[in-house]
Amino acid sequence: MFLAHLNSLQASIFSSLAIMSLLLTFVMLGSHWLRNYVYAFAVQSWLIAALSAAVGYFAGYPELYVIALLTALFRGLVLPLLLMRIVDRLNVKREIHAVLQPSSSLVIGAFLVMFAFVIANHMNRQPAPAANVVILALTIMLSMKFIGFLMLSVRDEAVSQILGLLVLENGIFLGSQILVPGMPLLIEIVILFDLLIVVACFGMLVRFLVVHAGTTSSRQLNRLVG
Amino acid sequence: MAQQLLLILFVAPLTAVALSLGLRHSRIAEYATVAASITDLVVSVPLVMQTMHGTVFFWHRYIEIDTLGAWVILCISIVYALSSMYAVGYMRLLDEEKRLPLFYALFSGFAFTMLAACVMNNVGVFWIAIELTTLISTFLVGFEREAESTEAAWKYIIVVSGGISLALLGTVLFYWGGSFVLGQRYAMTWGALHRSAPEVYQPLLLISFLLVLVGYGTKAGLAPMHTWLPDAHSESPAPVSAMLSGALLNASMLGIARFLGVVSGASINRFAHTAVVAFGIFSFVIAALFIVRQTGIKRLMAYSSVEHIGVQALGLGFGGVFGVAGTFYHMLNHSMNKSLMFFGAGNAMRAYGTKEISGIRHVLKTFPVSGTLWLLGAVGIAGAPPFALFLSEFTILRAGIAGPYRWAVVLFVVFLVVVFIGFLAHFRAMYFDEAPEQQAQQVRQLPWVIWRTLPMWLAFLPLLVLGLWWPHGLWDVFLKISLEMTGGVQ
Repeated sequence: MFLAHLNSLQASIFSSLAIMSLLLTFVMLGSHWLRNYVYAFAVQSWLIAALSAAVGYFAGYPELYVIALLTALFRGLVLPLLLMRIVDRLNVKREIHAVLQPSSSLVIGAFLVMFAFVIANHMNRQPAPAANVVILALTIMLSMKFIGFLMLSVRDEAVSQILGLLVLENGIFLGSQILVPGMPLLIEIVILFDLLIVVACFGMLVRFLVVHAGTTSSRQLNRLVG
Repeated sequence: MAQQLLLILFVAPLTAVALSLGLRHSRIAEYATVAASITDLVVSVPLVMQTMHGTVFFWHRYIEIDTLGAWVILCISIVYALSSMYAVGYMRLLDEEKRLPLFYALFSGFAFTMLAACVMNNVGVFWIAIELTTLISTFLVGFEREAESTEAAWKYIIVVSGGISLALLGTVLFYWGGSFVLGQRYAMTWGALHRSAPEVYQPLLLISFLLVLVGYGTKAGLAPMHTWLPDAHSESPAPVSAMLSGALLNASMLGIARFLGVVSGASINRFAHTAVVAFGIFSFVIAALFIVRQTGIKRLMAYSSVEHIGVQALGLGFGGVFGVAGTFYHMLNHSMNKSLMFFGAGNAMRAYGTKEISGIRHVLKTFPVSGTLWLLGAVGIAGAPPFALFLSEFTILRAGIAGPYRWAVVLFVVFLVVVFIGFLAHFRAMYFDEAPEQQAQQVRQLPWVIWRTLPMWLAFLPLLVLGLWWPHGLWDVFLKISLEMTGGVQ
């Protein structure tokens, strides 16, 4: 396991990239403007791409460069552009009915990070030098998961929900770069493509929502109950 | 031999997709889909027999066909065949002639992704196949393009994508756990995970398993992650409802069964089974309560699916040969019975022009033959003899009584009675209650076509036969599946 032989420079590069990604999740959580979400998501994807490249360089997995390139291209460029197109077309610039104020969602987000840290502590069995990075990676992976679900549940706008799902996936991707850099290349590439299809499907569905349901807010999708 | 069979199995639906999209002709698309689905059904029976001689691998071990996978393929092919026949009769009623080729292309594509999921030996690729089933079926759910169906499609894709991302996280953690035993790089096959599981740090393994269980459980419709299911099943066209309920849920249950197999040698095995039992009994109870108070006919069927997926989870959780045999017999029987129920519901919806149970009265006057089949199917799906679901539920009960989960068995029996009364009360109302005056005239006589009645017969007759006679050969199949699950996939 390459994490056992990390020197302090490598450890701090990995940690700072991971922590910056988590901070960007909080940027999304604390803002109401849909554009800000998309920008934060794009930057986060670039950071994850940098992380893949760094892991590939230090741990000796040349195929991670391919992953880094594809991540930057798809998650950092194509997906944000697609999302921007959806935002522009919808004529909705911000979340209107917030269930939670940005400040309170930030506080809940902070508690979720602590909870994630507790779980991560229980899941780790590595000794000291590797433990720091492993626990950090697990914490960030789980807290992005939690925050993604938080965003899914307190935001109504269709675009916010898509972004919530993408944050879920970004968390997994970030964690897996550090924890399992040896995971087969094929799978990671297919998952990247899969994501592209997911967003394309969402784009089409959003259009249907506007035409047939007359709204893009899940608050108004209340015909089917019971 | 197995290779040729697999090739035919996958080429047939792809050909149907290509013909539907290429020629853009509704009649050709219909018949191509029916032909493809019957081909798949014919091929899937010898496939099960082939796998009895041992698991076969292809293409650098990415593809694997074992008895467990082949059995689920058989169940999916049955539903694919029945519902594509029914679709020919049903979809012509919808006035969507222009978009029919697209419908059939999506329909066969959906079947293809489900069949593909069954033969994936790589855990990551399995996840991708399941994800693809969601993407394709979303557009089938929203096919009618009304406000309700679009809403259902949106809820479906959001809830299921969120759930399935938990399964991806669980898969990554499984791989990470295995990397301490097998080294940094290894092929993420079911067998490799099974071999490494006993030596992985057990709390990590437990969290990974629970994530995967919740993830695939969302897709399978286990409560409390079932919220997408009643919407999607009630708003999609009837043949699609049958496919979602009879086939898609099986493909997701396959994921849970395989992961139960992965942890079967580890010390968390007992806890994993308890978790599956807990989800199973919770789904069963929730579904029973919603069945009693249901007002929509297709939502009633949808909650019945939650109930039966709960029964299957119970069987898997009880474990042992009886548990496994009961589960997979139940899977087969439920696939046929639920297709029958959705076909009947589709007919009734079209004739009475409503989805409300209160608007459907005197079914036997409107449908003397298919109405009888629907009523008998309802008796069957409520778990009464002499129909096949009675046998499989009884076997699962036996497995439960023999094992450590007596509390679950007690709840199971109590709520079986609740379901029986609740479900059949709705049918009594639809068949024998007096109709309100103003509704009597609105019934539309559907033109009789063989396509809407034949699949109901084809679903009903095997149910009756399998309810009276459990073929001995099936025991060998279930024994083999049970061995595969506990011995890992070799």
